[in-house]
Order: sequence, then structure tokens, then C-alpha cells
Amino acid sequence: LSFPHVGAIDCDIHPAVPGMRALLPYFEEHWREQVMVRGIDGLDSASFPVSIPANGRPDWRPATGKPGSDLAAMREHVLTPFHTRYAICNCLYGAHAVHNVHFATALCRAINDWIAAEWLDKEPRLRASIVVPVQDAELAAAEIDRRAADKRFVQVLLPAAGESPLGKRQHWPIYVAAERHGLPICIHAGSSFRHATTANGWPSYYLEDYVAGSHAFQAQLLSLVTEGVFSRFPNLTVVLAEAGFTWLPQFMWRAVKTWRAMRAEIPWVDRAPSEIIRDHVRFTLQPSDAPPDPRQMEQTIEQIGSDRFLLFSTDYPHWHFDGDLALPDGLPASLVQKLLVDNPLETYPRLKETMQ
Amino acid sequence: MSSALLERDAAQQAKLGIIDCDVHHALRSPKDLHPYLPARWRVHLATYGSRRPTPFTGSSPYFKSAPALSRKDAWPPDGGSPGSDLKFMQEQLLDRYGVEAGLLHLLSITGMDQRNQEFAPVLCRAINEWQSAEWTQKDQRLKAAIVVPGEDAAAAVKEIEHWAGNRDFAQVSLVTHSIEPLGRRRYWPIYEAAVAHGLPIGLHSSGNNGHAITATGWSSYYTEEHHEVSMSQQSLVSSLVCEGVLARYPALKVVIVEAGLAWVPSLCWRLDRQWARMKDEVPHLTRPPSSYVREQIWFTTQPMDEPERPEDILSILEWIGWDRILFATDYPHWDFDDPETAFKAQMTEQQRRMVFRDNARAVYGLA
Repeated sequence: LSFPHVGAIDCDIHPAVPGMRALLPYFEEHWREQVMVRGIDGLDSASFPVSIPANGRPDWRPATGKPGSDLAAMREHVLTPFHTRYAICNCLYGAHAVHNVHFATALCRAINDWIAAEWLDKEPRLRASIVVPVQDAELAAAEIDRRAADKRFVQVLLPAAGESPLGKRQHWPIYVAAERHGLPICIHAGSSFRHATTANGWPSYYLEDYVAGSHAFQAQLLSLVTEGVFSRFPNLTVVLAEAGFTWLPQFMWRAVKTWRAMRAEIPWVDRAPSEIIRDHVRFTLQPSDAPPDPRQMEQTIEQIGSDRFLLFSTDYPHWHFDGDLALPDGLPASLVQKLLVDNPLETYPRLKETMQ
Repeated sequence: MSSALLERDAAQQAKLGIIDCDVHHALRSPKDLHPYLPARWRVHLATYGSRRPTPFTGSSPYFKSAPALSRKDAWPPDGGSPGSDLKFMQEQLLDRYGVEAGLLHLLSITGMDQRNQEFAPVLCRAINEWQSAEWTQKDQRLKAAIVVPGEDAAAAVKEIEHWAGNRDFAQVSLVTHSIEPLGRRRYWPIYEAAVAHGLPIGLHSSGNNGHAITATGWSSYYTEEHHEVSMSQQSLVSSLVCEGVLARYPALKVVIVEAGLAWVPSLCWRLDRQWARMKDEVPHLTRPPSSYVREQIWFTTQPMDEPERPEDILSILEWIGWDRILFATDYPHWDFDDPETAFKAQMTEQQRRMVFRDNARAVYGLA
């Protein structure tokens, strides 16, 4: 099988940090010593344990090491077979969940510099997201400013579940910095484990946590709209990555209905949430959470009512599809071309700027 | 729609006799419970009050859209809060819309989320006595839910056994914001008792458990919270399926109340896809999660979801199953769904009968 399209832009792939040892050269002396003396290691996110089947496709798992930790394998598994023009690296190592904000900042710097040196410098098709200490917006903004001159960094990465909803004003310095540099905000699946993964407490199973992840995204989307982030930052684009998207129609209906009734509470939201979302928010393709009947997918796409919302992704090395069947049944042909190339180029101005 | 058509619909509705699966009665004051509380606990309630993990003694942290969450016209002329006067409820809801049965859900005080574990069962008993004496005995159209101290399963089972067989009670209710997700083992004896006595479990968005309203913390506005309680109900459905409650108790019937329902198909698609990938984690599920949902869970309609193309609601109802949809008004709350206007899409006569009456008769065993 060969992926029938050339030049696709893959908006969500995951290079894995092999371990803290790999990051050591990228820490300042103080933190390098702290890491070694105290044996700080093992910060892989509990949102994505690599041994769980969903987090590493069987044929994408290396004989040793973590899925996604080897560039040659990444080329062979995903960049070549999908004829990828660009792929955006979202590094999920657990900086977002560290309690010590100074160390979180040092870790984000190390991750970003490691990504630049070990991945971007070695593979021209790769782009990356700037990992930031979401725990403290001022420090996050400083990290954006530090890395933004490197145009291979195309967006800012935030976790779907953190300490407080991302629309709240305490996070706005991140959006000021992102807008200043023309960077979209990517909210990616995963939690800092500051709160239970559901409002009803902690479920027993990973399956439930993963499914509930879409509610964390819905809460973030509601927060961004309700708090007026898109009114205050009219040029901001938000990408929801690994969020699913089939929940979007019912989410928008309910958001619009509630807004109609309650808009006096949030007067700065001066148009329907559905319009704001269609203008400002994009979704990566995988996992597609596709319904069994392709006609239901067609209907869902119609209800979303935009051909600009979807961005191609494989979510490499996570396992959502087999072979090269990355495009779920029921996507209209006109949307396929847009999501593979046009929508990513529109979403990420830096891709065009750096096009060779 | 022309007014002639509206009048005809109203006439048909009156003839049909609807069952309203979410009606809120209310206490005029906590003192209403005094006759049903032992002296020691009357003093306790008056002194220490209703202590739950929430910041204000007299308000939700999310200030509602209206006083008492209610329609402006729902305040009884003789005083008291909306839903506290049976005569006015009869006039404004039961008689006005030809309600053949109304399923009561009490929100003005809840027993299950009391932090004092001695008080919770006593309070639940008092609430149930009050519901029976002041409401269901006075109007046989009204059916109460057995309120139980669900965080203490043994005490909850006792409460179910106390009332089981009493036709005043049509279901068992638990708060949805429980300390642990309701699928967890500590709650299983409650389901076992409900099944043993043929009582559905009614889950109306309610309660306080100290957990943030979202996985990313506390949102700021009622606009958000109103929507987010529906997300927590979705997680509740996931919990009942994934933790194996529905598989273990195939005769258990669950009614999800006041959560909307347009989310059911997309949640089930996601559950099924992820289950296919991780079924080895949940070997107690022998078939796709959606199949348990469709067989054992019923959904009330209010607040009625409103797709941009109104007819799109029909394929959602179809997917869930027309026999699983229960009409509800949420009287006397501000987002009341009027049976005459809540549905913007055309149903067949048979579908209307099912949604407005027959499904509720079947799930609650009402004649």
C-alpha cells in the first residue's frame, strides 16, 4: 500500500525523549548537577505510558527503547511512506506536570534545545512546537520569546488538562507572546494530574481516562471562548491535537444555546461560540473516533460546517490506524486535499515562510 | 408555525397524557424536614446546616441565571420558593400540560453529599418521609426517587429496602458528583439492591464532591458550568460501562437526567474505538461499550439540544433508540422545556407517544 498523496503535512508526531540522560547536555550547570545528584528521571507522561498498545503501534515499536525515540525509524515508519513534506513534533515529556516551576522552565528549555539539535537540525522535513512551563505564564512567555527566532518552531504546546482552564486571565501572557510571534497555540491531549481526570473523581481504567480526555478539551475550548480570549487576541489560532473531533457538533449546539441564554454574564463574547470556533480553532485528524458508518462521518463533517477545521496527523507513534489508512472513511474528497496541505499551510504561517 | 397548528398540537398533547421525567419539588425551608428528623438531628441541621464540600452556605459557587434557578412565573402566589407548593405545581405543570406522571428529583437539599456520615442516612430518611407524606401521597401522579446516602453503600441499601415495593417511589437516585465515579466497586451493592427490587437508578446532575468541575480545574462562569455538568454525566456513562456495572447487572436500568443527549453517539463512537484498542484492560466487557449503553441507559430530553439544522436531532434520537428517550420539562427551572415547543423537528405520531409517555411507562413500570 502506498499513501495516495504527496506532500502531506503531518501536524502531530511525537519524538520521545529517551531519558533524562539525553537532555543533560542541554541543561545549565546547576540543573545538570541537580538532575544527576538527585537522580531525577522517568518523567514520561502518565497520560501516555509507552507499554500500552494505543501508545505504540506494533510495527512502529523498536526492538529496544521507546517508540518514537529514533529518527531513522521515524523516517522509515512515517515520513517516507506518507510522502510527508513537513511533520510537526510535539514532545510530550512531562515538563507540564513538574511542581517546581524553576525546574519545569529548565526542563522546557532543555527539551526545546534538544529537539532543535537532535531532530530539526538532522531532518529538514521536521518542525516542532515550543514546549513551555504552563505552570507560570510569565516564564512560559519568556521561553516563547527565547525560541521564537528559530522559524522551525511553528507553535506553542500546552496540555489539555493543567492547573486551571486556559481561558483564564492568568494564562494570557502566553497568548500575548504567541500572537507577537505569529505562533498558534496547540493544546495536546494529556494531563498534569492536578485534578481528577473526570469531575466525578478518578476512574479505574486507562481507557476511561483516555475517553475523558475529550472532555478536558471541551472544557478548554469553552474556557477560551467564554473568557474572551479570541476577542482579546483576534489573530490567535488554537489547534486541538489528539482531541477527536466528532464531538464538535453537539458541543457547538450546546455552547450556542447556553450563550444565547447567558450572554449577559459574558458580554465580551459578542458572537455565537460556533462562529468563533470555526474562525479560530483547528483539529488534528487522529484519533478520528470515526463512527462505524461512513455516512455518519459525512454528516458530522457537514454539521461542523467548515472545510478549514481539520489538519492531517498520524499521531506517530500512537496507534489509531493500521497500514497507511490514516484517512477515515466518510471524509469528502474536497476536504481531504484541504486537510493534507492547504489547512496546515493556512494554520501555520511559518511553514510557508520556511518553505524551500 | 401558525397558531392554529400550535393549538392543534396542544390539544393532541393534552389528549396524549405526557410523563415528565424531571420535576423539581422543593423545601420551603429546611424546617420542613423537622417533623421527620429525630430531635438530635433537628438541632444539628439547625446548628451545623447542610455541610458539603462547596464554599458558600447559601449559594452555588456558580451564580445561576435566576433566583432559585427558576422561571420568573414559577414563584407560588402564596409564598415559598418555586416547586414548594403542590397546588401551584398542579396548576402550572401537571394540569396545564396533562401530565399523567411526574418523576420528582429533589435538588434543594441532598443527602448523599453530606460530609457528616452519621447525618447523611438520617437526612435521606427524612427526605424520603417528607417526599412521601407531602408530595406523592397528596398527588398520585407524582413519583419520588428514593434518596440514599450513596457514599455509604450499606446504609444506602438499607434505605432502598425500607421503601422498596412502595409505589410512591419509582427509582433510586444518587448524586452524580459522587466522591468516586459511580461505576467504582464501592457503589455496587446499591445497584444490586436496585436490581433486586426492580428499581431504575435515576442520575440527575447534582451534588458536590470536592473535585474540580473539569479535569483542568474550576471554570469561571455559570455559562461554562451549565455545559460542564453534561460532560460529567458523559464521564458517568463511561464509568458505568467501563467499570463493568452494566455488564455485571444486565437487569439494571439507568436514567440519565438533565444532561442533554446529542453527545451520546459521539461519546459511544470514541468509547468503541478506544475499547477496541484497549479491551485487554477491561476483560469484563465482552462487547462494544455502545451496546451496553443502548440496552441499559435511558436519556431525558431536557435541555433539548438544538442543532443548527433542527432535523439533525432526529438521527441522534434514532441512533440512541426511540425507545430510550424520555421527555422532561425540568419544571420550575429557568431552562424549562415546554412540551409544546421543545422539539423543533417533526416526529411521527408513534415516536411522540414513545418519547412523551410510553417509554417512561415502560422503564418505570407505570401503568
